[in-house]
Amino acid sequence: MTADQLARVAITETPRLTQLSLRLDPAGSSSAPVAAVLGARLPTAPCTWAAAPEADLLWLGPDEWLLLAPPDTADLAPSLRHAIAPHFGTVTDVSSQRTAFDLTGPGAPDLLAHGCAIDLHPRSSPTGTCVQTLLAQTGVTLLVLDDAPQAPTLRLLVRTSFAPYLRSWLGDVASGT
Amino acid sequence: MQLIPCPWCGPREEAEYHYGGQAHIAYPDDPQGLTDQEWAQYVFFRDNPKGPFAERWMHSAGCRRWFNAVRDTATHRLLTVYRSGEPRPEVPTP
Ligand SMILES: [Zn+2]
Repeated sequence: MTADQLARVAITETPRLTQLSLRLDPAGSSSAPVAAVLGARLPTAPCTWAAAPEADLLWLGPDEWLLLAPPDTADLAPSLRHAIAPHFGTVTDVSSQRTAFDLTGPGAPDLLAHGCAIDLHPRSSPTGTCVQTLLAQTGVTLLVLDDAPQAPTLRLLVRTSFAPYLRSWLGDVASGT
Repeated sequence: MQLIPCPWCGPREEAEYHYGGQAHIAYPDDPQGLTDQEWAQYVFFRDNPKGPFAERWMHSAGCRRWFNAVRDTATHRLLTVYRSGEPRPEVPTP
């Protein structure tokens, strides 16, 4: 990987995504009504995400998901709460917890490899991968949006308070400093 | 860095984990009925074997789940991991 390819990774912030933390038992009675609201079943394979009509569904744990929807999707949380109400589960709006950085370009996986131990080769991390890990000592949720070798796209979700640090770190690596 | 296999996420660097001490220590059935000595045993005293030892670990930088592992305290090798609630698997002695 040349320095040139690292420098040409496009880094853009996607701020203010609507983010909902969803906790429920996937084998329990709340699973079907929630799937009806989302338009798809929650992914149960560890370290994966799936696109649904209403939101991107990120596996965070065996009973925990993060839902990503466009900014100001105000109706999703109430509909989920309504669906869950007779059952056991919680929906929490955590939109301001994290911001998103999207990295696009053939050098994107190598750029992250400077501070992250996850193997981002499409063989290990194909499209649909969603891992929580450490990147440059910072906790991140890393999504493989597209594993196409010519133009892979990765999304980093990072705590808002760590975002300026992580953005500077990404810039440093990209510029080779 | 040593890789620890999370029973949910797979192998990850040791730095992503938190250590939780000896596993399978049941909370006393009748805490009120314990003498000070028995209570101290429960709270403070742990086994300290040389060799395989069942321990609790937490994947704190990942899925944030507690799980159990059998680790050889002499070699620091993780012999097996299993999800909490599952029985301790038989571990072949190395
Ligand atoms: Zn894990």
